[in-house]
Amino acid sequence: MNTAAPVKRHMGLRASRRAANTAIYVVLIAISVIWLIPFICILLQSFRVESTNEVGYVVPHVWGFDNYVNLAKTDFWRWYRNTFVIAICVAVFQTVIVLCMSYTLSRFRFKMRKPIMKLMLVLSLFPGMLTMIILYRVLADIGLTQANAVPGLILVYIASSGMGYYVSKGFFDTISKSLDEAARVDGATRLKVLVKIILPLSKPIVIYTILTAFMAPWGDFVFARYISMGTSKGMNVAVGMYNWLNKDQIGSRYTMFCAGGVLVALPVTILFLMLQRYYVEGVTGGAVKG
Amino acid sequence: MKRISDLEYLKLPRYKRLAYKVASFFASIPGAVWGLIKKIGLAIAGLFAGIGREISDIVSTFVHGSAPTKISYVVMGYGNMARGQWLRGILFLLFEIVFIGYMILAGGHWLSMLPSLGKQGPTEVYDWVLDTYTYEYHDNSFKILLYGVLTIFFIVAFIYTWRVNIRQNKIAEQILASGKKLKSGKDDLHSLVDDSFHKTLLALPMTGIIVFTVLPIIFMVLVAFTNYDGTHNGYSNNLFHWVGLDNFNTMLSWTANTRGGTQSYAATFGEVLTWTLIWAFFATFTNYFLGMLVAMAINKKGIRLKKMWRTILVMTIAIPQFISLLYVSKMFAKNGIMNGFLMDLGLIDQAIDFFGDASKPWLARVTVIVINIWIGIPYLMLMATGILMNIPQDLYESARIDGASGWQQYSKITLPYMLFVTGPYLLTSFTGNMNNFNVIFLLTGGAPTNSAASSAAGNVGYTDLLITWLFKITTGPQSQYYLASVVGIMVFVVVALITLIVYSALPSIKNEEDFQ
Repeated sequence: MNTAAPVKRHMGLRASRRAANTAIYVVLIAISVIWLIPFICILLQSFRVESTNEVGYVVPHVWGFDNYVNLAKTDFWRWYRNTFVIAICVAVFQTVIVLCMSYTLSRFRFKMRKPIMKLMLVLSLFPGMLTMIILYRVLADIGLTQANAVPGLILVYIASSGMGYYVSKGFFDTISKSLDEAARVDGATRLKVLVKIILPLSKPIVIYTILTAFMAPWGDFVFARYISMGTSKGMNVAVGMYNWLNKDQIGSRYTMFCAGGVLVALPVTILFLMLQRYYVEGVTGGAVKG
Repeated sequence: MKRISDLEYLKLPRYKRLAYKVASFFASIPGAVWGLIKKIGLAIAGLFAGIGREISDIVSTFVHGSAPTKISYVVMGYGNMARGQWLRGILFLLFEIVFIGYMILAGGHWLSMLPSLGKQGPTEVYDWVLDTYTYEYHDNSFKILLYGVLTIFFIVAFIYTWRVNIRQNKIAEQILASGKKLKSGKDDLHSLVDDSFHKTLLALPMTGIIVFTVLPIIFMVLVAFTNYDGTHNGYSNNLFHWVGLDNFNTMLSWTANTRGGTQSYAATFGEVLTWTLIWAFFATFTNYFLGMLVAMAINKKGIRLKKMWRTILVMTIAIPQFISLLYVSKMFAKNGIMNGFLMDLGLIDQAIDFFGDASKPWLARVTVIVINIWIGIPYLMLMATGILMNIPQDLYESARIDGASGWQQYSKITLPYMLFVTGPYLLTSFTGNMNNFNVIFLLTGGAPTNSAASSAAGNVGYTDLLITWLFKITTGPQSQYYLASVVGIMVFVVVALITLIVYSALPSIKNEEDFQ
């Protein structure tokens, strides 16, 4: 009898915890359904054969790969290649530039350091879209718009990428400076310190930078649209497929949009999920550093 | 507001402490604004004082300098070469030659045209051979403005280099006078990977930023003072020219404008700005708190499959926004899946026009905010997960031993910790949401259209943010670049004000060295 009361209380606690956990499971399942529904709908509708238009139901009546096959009849694969080329180039160059910038601002103390950081802050307060008009005209003058939009876009993306140095600077800040100093005392040049000591320690941030740089061009819409301006040859997937949902095209292209969406999303998503760990580190670190 | 001491503060009950903090935050705003004005004033005064010092130094270096130093005032790099620093000297001289050549061949021309932005537009010429009229193009306002700005950049760079050249002479004289050796060209090259390694690393990124961001921003700010638009493109139709503050007057005038629409630009601007701020506020804080809740739910002890729940949410980040957002916007269309679903359930008998009903602007606005939760939660969930794991677990343990409830643990440990750590993030997230082009443009395209607003202002809609409005003006039928530029400047002013005020009013401005 003496032991019954604590046991009962213990049971009560466990029961209430179980009730709370059940409630959380219900919420999590509901959330998962809400988050997954659009993607499941896209996937299902990409296999729909009987109608290419928007319909009020989700599960196709007739299944088939028609939409995927028909993509070859459009410029889709050209857009795909364009986007892929852009993404690869941006991933390489942007990573180099961002790392140069963030490493310098994290590690060196020189007269222009604070002014440069202040300048970056002020520049980031301007809406980036403002510069679109002039960049378009200048690129048009040197022939890098419309059909040649791909090199033009690459140039624009990487040229200003130094401004996104915050996250990786935050990372470099966490690497102890005594490492550098020890190497410097031993007579290593600054270059050697970077290559031999810092870079090997920076794998997470390098992967994070490459990943975000690679993913951004797949979703970029505004700039790509303005620079390719109605010329199908120079479009990326976002711009090209956006037009498929226009009032006059949606009737014949809606399911193709879904099929194209699946083809674009799959590789990017798989890559992302594989490297998720690094992304999470970057996001968390960046938020903490502000 | 009365300031209280730390001891008095600690004696206050919890809710009064919060009230005190909030009150002191707002009370510090006027002081912060005043401090800012003072700072700007001091900065300007400091600038002039600095210029004065520079000039006196330039003069005294000339007076006391040796012959090579004096010659360097005209022939840059002469002093370096005379003292054996050939590499530096040749670079200086080369820069001077290029500069002078550029100014004579092109720069002078662009500079002289800058005040007028061109005198002669295209003229019609009768072509006897082809028997048609053709156009002959003359001045190009766009190029004049662009190269004019470039030339000014170049002049500033030249003056700076000239100054460096003089300072180097002075320093070299001092070094020689003290009996030491000067750096050779080889030393200079070596220092590029060592002591001056930062210059090497920054050269490429900074060049990109100056050419592709700083220069365009200056150009576009200047455009706000011209009449550059689709019918004045400065080349093939009419030239554009300076109009002073006319565009700002248009934007801020309360009289209904004549080019269609019953609403003045100022009223439209006020509406869009208000919605932009409301949007930014809700988009930031709904995501923040809900994302944190989801993260806590997944992190809770005893919840299994943590990784799976996270992965499901994270997929939304991975899938390019144009796919997910465009698809969701179609789901919410009048004949979309959402309406079909609601009607099947019998919740509604008529399809709801979420984004098209101009009589219910708030329906579209609330829908957009709700859909944005769908987009934002995964990101916040990831971030909050990382931060929550950093909270020392013994805090919770001791709280539990003291008998604190779940809510108390949350409000006294979790929330303050999160807010403290993510304060700066909240600010950047707020300003980022103000400029969140993708969500609005891909979801609604700004719809429903505000028919009262002038069509000249680019068919602005009820869910348009300033940034999407700017885009509409730019790409609209009249391409009113000057108006887009005015809106852009306004965005800058608003965002800058918010940032500055919040930063200077925040109780502690974090010292970045503290982290290292």
